[in-house]
Amino acid sequence: MATTGIIFAINGPIVKTSNDSGFEMHEMVYVGEENLVGEVIGLTSDATVIEVYEETGGIKPGEIVTGTDAPVSVTLAPGILNNIFDGIERPLSEIAKVDGTYISRGVSVDSLDTKKLWKTHITVKPGQAIDGGTIIAEVPETPAILHRVMLSPNLKGYVLDVVEDGEYTINDKILTLQLEDGSEIPITMTQHWPIRVPRPIKKRFPASVPLITGQRILDTLFPLAKGGTAAVPGGFGTGKTMTQHQIAKWSDANIIIYIGCGERGNEMTQVLEEFSELIDPKTGNPLMDRTTLIANTSNMPVAAREASLYSGLTLAEYYRDMGYDVAIMADSTSRWAEALREISGRLEEMPAEEGFPAYLASRLSAFYERAGMMQNLNGSEGSVSIIGAVSPQGGDFSEPVTQNTKRFVRCFWGLDKRLAYARHFPAIQWLDSYSEYLTDLAPWYAEHVDKNFVEYRNRLVYILNQEASLMEIVKLIGADVLPDDQKLVLDIAKVIRVGFLQQNAFHKDDTCVPLIKQYKMMDVILYLYQKSKALVHQGMPMSVLHQDSIWDKVSSIKYDVPNDKLEMLDQYKKDIDTFYEKVLEKNA
Amino acid sequence: MSIEYLGLSSINGPLVVLEGVKGAAYDEIVEMTVNGKERRLGKIIEINGDKAVIQVFEGTDGMALRNTHTKLTGKPMEIGVSEAMFGRTFNGIGEPIDGLGSVEAEKTIDVNGKPLNPVTREYPRNYIRTGISAIDGLMTLIRGQKLPIFSGNGLPHDELAAQLVRQSSLGDSNNDDEKFAVVFAAMGVKHDVADFFQRTFAESGVSDHVITFINLANDPVVERLITPKVALTVAEYLAFEKGMHILVILTDMTSFAEAMREVSSSKGEIPSRKGFPGYLYSELATIYERAGIVNGVNGSVTQIPILTMPNDDITHPIPDLTGYITEGQIVLDRDLNGQSIYPPISVLPSLSRLMKDGIGEGFTRADHQDVANQLFSSYSKVGDARALASVIGEDELSDTDKQYLIFGRAFEQMFIGQSVNDNRTIFDTLEIGWKLLGLMPRGELDRIDTKVLDQYYKPTVLDANGDIVPAAVED
Repeated sequence: MATTGIIFAINGPIVKTSNDSGFEMHEMVYVGEENLVGEVIGLTSDATVIEVYEETGGIKPGEIVTGTDAPVSVTLAPGILNNIFDGIERPLSEIAKVDGTYISRGVSVDSLDTKKLWKTHITVKPGQAIDGGTIIAEVPETPAILHRVMLSPNLKGYVLDVVEDGEYTINDKILTLQLEDGSEIPITMTQHWPIRVPRPIKKRFPASVPLITGQRILDTLFPLAKGGTAAVPGGFGTGKTMTQHQIAKWSDANIIIYIGCGERGNEMTQVLEEFSELIDPKTGNPLMDRTTLIANTSNMPVAAREASLYSGLTLAEYYRDMGYDVAIMADSTSRWAEALREISGRLEEMPAEEGFPAYLASRLSAFYERAGMMQNLNGSEGSVSIIGAVSPQGGDFSEPVTQNTKRFVRCFWGLDKRLAYARHFPAIQWLDSYSEYLTDLAPWYAEHVDKNFVEYRNRLVYILNQEASLMEIVKLIGADVLPDDQKLVLDIAKVIRVGFLQQNAFHKDDTCVPLIKQYKMMDVILYLYQKSKALVHQGMPMSVLHQDSIWDKVSSIKYDVPNDKLEMLDQYKKDIDTFYEKVLEKNA
Repeated sequence: MSIEYLGLSSINGPLVVLEGVKGAAYDEIVEMTVNGKERRLGKIIEINGDKAVIQVFEGTDGMALRNTHTKLTGKPMEIGVSEAMFGRTFNGIGEPIDGLGSVEAEKTIDVNGKPLNPVTREYPRNYIRTGISAIDGLMTLIRGQKLPIFSGNGLPHDELAAQLVRQSSLGDSNNDDEKFAVVFAAMGVKHDVADFFQRTFAESGVSDHVITFINLANDPVVERLITPKVALTVAEYLAFEKGMHILVILTDMTSFAEAMREVSSSKGEIPSRKGFPGYLYSELATIYERAGIVNGVNGSVTQIPILTMPNDDITHPIPDLTGYITEGQIVLDRDLNGQSIYPPISVLPSLSRLMKDGIGEGFTRADHQDVANQLFSSYSKVGDARALASVIGEDELSDTDKQYLIFGRAFEQMFIGQSVNDNRTIFDTLEIGWKLLGLMPRGELDRIDTKVLDQYYKPTVLDANGDIVPAAVED
C-alpha cells in the first residue's frame, strides 16, 4: 500500500501536503488527479514539501499525493542512445505521438521502448558467480555502440539459468540469479538508478589522456583531460552553445550526453536535425548514434530543469560503467542554479549571495565531482568528462555561479564579448583561460604527438602575453613608434590569432583539426618567427619583411592545407627559407 | 454549481486574500463583483489551505473588504480567437476597446500556452524582409525567431517598430498563398505612443492585417502581465491553425517585468536581482519561447520584443535574461542617435543567431554571409582606429587606419542610416555593402572568399558630394 497525502498549499512548482504522510526524502510521488510527477524535498512534523516537475495550474487543495516508495530514478537499458528525453527521462518523441505538438501534463509514457526486440548475446554461463557491474549480455544498440548490459551494482549471486542468444525486449528475463540468501530473482536488461546517487566504482585514476576535440585553442592551449571538468562561461552571443556543439560533434569521446538545461527550443531542434545528418568521421555512422539529448527548454517546468542535470549524469555514469569515455555537455549550469534559486525562493529559505541558496556551492561541487576517469566494478575503465556552460549575469565573471564553478573545475575557457563583437571565434580569451591538466597531459602529448608540443604551446602563449602588454603601449602612442623587434611580436601574434586561434566551424577542413596538424601549424608559425627575428636582428626593418606574402600565406594554412594532405606543410618551411634569403639578398 | 464568496480578508496592492475557500484551483480565474455592479477578473496565484491569494487584473481600486463578491470559474484564463480580429484593437486582457462590439470567437484557448515539444519544432530557415539594411544585411530576421530590440528611453524604438510593421514582408520571392500578418501588443505604453502606433497603422493602410492589444501606462499593472500571453495565444492560433506567418511585436517588456516585480513584492516573496523575483527568467522564457515553427504546418510565429534598458545598461536583469533566451538582439545606440542616424542600430553588439541558416543561396544571395562577416569585421576595426585617433590625433594614423575612418563614417551614414520610409530590397542592401567595402583595399578584406571577391569587389572612392563612386582605373 503506497503512502498518500492530502494537498494543502500550492505555490508555483511547490506543493505541500498537510501532515507528515510517511513519505521519504527524495521519494518520487504522483501529485493530484492528473498524476503529475514530483519529488519530496522537505519533511517536517506537519507538512511534506514536494517539488512538482510539471505545471501545477489547476491543482486543488484536497487532491491526493501518492508515493512510489522509490527515489526519482532513471531507467537504464538499451534504447537510450539516438533519443531525446525531457528532464526526467521521458522520451519527447513518444510524448509527441501521444500528445501532439505541445507537451501537456501528466503524460504517462515509458522511458524506453519496451516493445523493441534487441539482438542479445548472453555473456555469462549458468553456475557462474557474478558481482554487481558484471557484464551479463551484449546488445548492438546502434551501429556505433555496443551496449553492455550489466548486473545492477546492488546485486550479487550465482547464475542459475540463462536464455539462448536471440531477440529480447528490455523487460524480458534473460537470466535467473540466486542471491546469497538462497532466493531466486529474474534479471532483465533493465536497471533503475536514483539520479542523485553516484553509481559506485572501484577506484579513480588521475587525469592522463586528453579529450581531443579538434579545436585548436582547446587541444593545444587549454586541453581537457578525459574524466576532467571544464567550464565555458560567457555572456549571451559569445558562443557558449557553439563551443559545446563543436565538442559534441568532434571530440573523441565514445558517447555524448547533451543536456539542454533551460535553453532555447530551436537550439535543441537544431542539434537533433544536424546530428542526425552529420557523419562521425571515426565510425562512419550518424553522430546521433552515439548521442543522447536531454531537453528541458526554458519554458518547460523549472523543477524538471533542476533534475535534468542529474538525469544526464546518471546516464553518463551508466555508459562509463560499460567502459566508454563519455562527455557531458551541460548547457547551461546557470539555468540549473537559477532553478535552485527559484525553488529556494518559493520555499522561503534564507538567501545567500544574489538570492542564490547557501547550498549552491555544495551542489555544484557534488555535480562536478561525479566526473572522473574510473575503474569500474567490472574492471573496465571509463570516464565521464563534464563541460558545463555558465551564463553569467551581465557577462560578469564575478557572479556566484561562475565563481563557485571556478572552484570545482580544472579547465576554464572564458569567452570574451569583445572577441565575439569582432567576430573572432571561438571567442575564448587566451589571457583569462587556463587548464590545470596541462602538466598531467604533457607526457601524453610528448609520446603521442611530439616531444616539443608543450614547449611550442608555451612559446605561443608567451608571444600572446607579450602582445597583450605591448598593446597597452600601442593604445597610447600607436604601433609606428615601437622598435622593430616589438613590431615583429605584434605581427607574429596576429598570425597566431588569425591563423591559429580563430577557427571556422563552417569550413570543412577547419571545423575539426587533428593534433598533428595543430602541432605542425605551430611549428611553421614559430619557424617564421625565428627566421624573421634573425632578419630583424640583422637590421632589416619590419616594413620590408611585411611586404612579402608569406605572412598571409602562413595565416591561411588552416584553409589551404587539407587535413589529409599534411605533407604540404613541409613546403611552408621551405617558403620561409626562401623568404629569408630573398629579404637578405635584396637588402644586404 | 458555483458558490459566491462574500468579502475579502485582506487587500494589498494588486493582491487580495480570500479565506474559507473550498475547491479553488491553482492558476484558476475568478470573477469578482465590486459594489454589486462592477465586474473584475482575478487569478489565483497561491493557495494555502483554505486561503487563496488572488491577483486582480483590473486593480483593486474601489474594492473593500466587504463589498466584493468572488466566484470561482474553474477555468484558467482563456481568450476567444478568430480571424475577424484583424483590424481590431483590444485592451490588455483581450476585450475590444475600439467600440466596434465583440468579436465572435471561432475557438476559446487557454492563454498560458503549453511548451512546444522540441521534437515537433522545425528549425527556422527562411527570412523576413524588413527593408532595413542593418537588420536585413547584418542581423537577418528569420521566420520563427525571437529577436528583441534593446533600446533606451528617448531612442526611436517606436518609430522602428512602426516601420517594421509597415515594411515587413516575406521577402523578394514572396508567393501569394503565404499570408503575412502582425500581432501588436503594447504593455504600459504612454497614451501618445499608443496614438502614434494607431495613427501610423491607419495612415499606411496596414491596419487590416494588424491585431492590436493595448495596455496603457496608467492601466492596471497586473493587466499587462497577461497581455503578451493573450497576444501570443492569438498569434499561435493564426500561425499553427490558419497557416499564416505572424510577426508579434511586444513593447515594452520592461513594463511587463516591472509589473511582475510589483506583484511579487506585494506577495512578500524573496527577491533575487534588483528586487525582481527568482522566476523572472522562467516567466520571460514562457513568453519568448512561444516563437517558432511546427513540423508540417505552414505558419510561423516570429517575435520582436522591444525593451528599454534602464539607464542604457545592457547588464540590467531584464535585457540580460532576455538576451539569454532570445536568438540574438538588435541594440540601439545613443551616440548614433545623437548623430541623427536613423535607425541608430549599434551593429557590433547586435546579432541574429539563426541568420546563418536562413540566408545565402536559395534564400537571399550567395554572397550575403561573406558581406555580413566582412562588414562586421571591418567596422570593428573602425572602433580601434577611432580609439587610437582620439589619443594620437587623426593625422598621425597610418593610411590604412585613415581609410577605416572614412569607411566607418560612410558605413554609418549609408548602410545603417536610412529614412523612415526607405524600404530596401536585399539586393539594394548588398549593393550598398559592396560599395562600402570597395572603399577598403582588397587586402584588408580577410573574411571573404577569393571567388566572391573576384565576382563583386570593385574599388570605390568617396566623391566631393559624399557619394560612393567607382574608383578611376589605374594601369
